[in-house]
Amino acid sequence: MSQEKKEETKKVQIYIMGREYQVPAGLTIMKAMEYAGYRFVRSCGCRGGFCGACATVYRVKGDYKLRMALACQETVEDGMYISQIPFTPAEKPIYDLEKLGPSANVFLQYYPEIAKCVSCNTCTKACPQDLEVMDYVQAALRGDFEEVASLSFDCISCGLCAVRCPTELVPYNIALLARRLYGKYVMPKAKHVEERIKEIESGKFNEELQKLMEASVDDLKEVYETREIEPE
Amino acid sequence: MIRLPYYPGCAVQTTARNYSISGVAIAEKLGIELVELPKWNCCGVFPFLANDDIMRHLAPIRNLIHVQEMNEKGIVQNENRVVTFCSMCYHTLKEANLFLKDPEKKEKTDIFFEREKEFVGGVKEGYKGGVEALDFLEVLKDIVGYDKIAEEVKKPLKGLKVAPYYGCLVLRPREIGIDDPENPTILENILEALGAEVIDNPNRIQCCGSYHTVDRRDIVAELTYDNLIYPVRSGAEVIVTCCPLCTFNLDFRQKDAGKLHRDLQEIPVMYYTQLMAIALGLDKQFYGVDLGLHYVDPKPLLEAKNLY
Ligand code: FES
Repeated sequence: MSQEKKEETKKVQIYIMGREYQVPAGLTIMKAMEYAGYRFVRSCGCRGGFCGACATVYRVKGDYKLRMALACQETVEDGMYISQIPFTPAEKPIYDLEKLGPSANVFLQYYPEIAKCVSCNTCTKACPQDLEVMDYVQAALRGDFEEVASLSFDCISCGLCAVRCPTELVPYNIALLARRLYGKYVMPKAKHVEERIKEIESGKFNEELQKLMEASVDDLKEVYETREIEPE
Repeated sequence: MIRLPYYPGCAVQTTARNYSISGVAIAEKLGIELVELPKWNCCGVFPFLANDDIMRHLAPIRNLIHVQEMNEKGIVQNENRVVTFCSMCYHTLKEANLFLKDPEKKEKTDIFFEREKEFVGGVKEGYKGGVEALDFLEVLKDIVGYDKIAEEVKKPLKGLKVAPYYGCLVLRPREIGIDDPENPTILENILEALGAEVIDNPNRIQCCGSYHTVDRRDIVAELTYDNLIYPVRSGAEVIVTCCPLCTFNLDFRQKDAGKLHRDLQEIPVMYYTQLMAIALGLDKQFYGVDLGLHYVDPKPLLEAKNLY
């Protein structure tokens, strides 16, 4: 890299868990941490904003506000203090979906603490997916699991809502229960999936599958490269 | 048809569905269309007593903002009233307005909502003030009128001995009460319009024990006994209520009360809206007696009186 080129890349100063680093502007938090020498064994999954593994909290110098982000999505800013939340300790009761039934009291039964919600909306502010978290918690409180399912559809369970809630709720697990109930009891069954499952069970694809399993790595690559991709 | 914003609250959507099912139906029968707030949250359940913790006062204010939004979106026109069935919801919505009378509190909440806009797409405006909560009893008294109710009666509740019970939340404190806090008459007037025989209940404005029902059932059982024994002795056949929490305590805690005091015989507890649904000749599904939400089943009594 020539001297000139080096000067072109603007650097920003960030603090990863308190330690100062100069990193190129425009990187995501995740890439900036890797640039700084971190190797992720946790807090990183899809790198595409879908898996929710990379929950991150940060503050920017001079601003009181504690901000939440997905490390793989958020770009670094000058003066960021960054820390990751690799795991959210959360209550996850065991239930049997077959036995639950779509009753209005199911949320209060498994997550009685939802009655503590004071509608402060801190969870909504924390959500990197911009979901209306408080509104779905409230819908759960009154047993409206269809509303919970639809409002929480894009939840990736990063856990930041649960970390921030002043009344110690675990919104994303509540939402998961709602979507499960919705999928089981309300959503119309997808006909084509049922048919395909029957086809699989009847062994229709066994031969093809066997062929793939016996194929050489090169052949597999070839198949992968020439595969049919569904139009966007 | 008068269109009024309607705030259900959690209780009447779940454990007190018999209240809202009958209430919404009789409202329509009497020319009132209750339009549910497109978005709403829990009322806050009880006005938080430490009044310097703004966060705990936000819930009812958010609901008042949603009424404001209904006007902005044109769902209702210039309608700053919002109707509730639940006494608790009525109470917290009213208290929220009282709380905001203090300019300092108002300013703090305004700042909160202003800051919130930066991080959330949901709430667009802070509370401008002036949204008025109405208990459905007030709608019946002031908008519909007792005469109109009496006119609409198809099946008079002749010979049914009813004892009204108000509890606290729609009566006290005086500033937010819907009626004389010491001597309310709304329920009595409605029940008379329906043709029922009203039995005097000296304990009708007493506390039901409220949330002690969760961890101090013994206290509530005693209160339930006190609140029921006089009307029962005076020959009441059914207790008529207007609050889901009172109803729960008066109805479900009879089991514990009966164990403490052998002289208490079981008596059904019903919302006034359920009796209205019967008297106004609505379809049985709107009575709300078949939803498994009563501890003492009112059906045998209703059948005996030819009302079911
Ligand atoms: S790594 Fe999957 S969401 Fe960021």
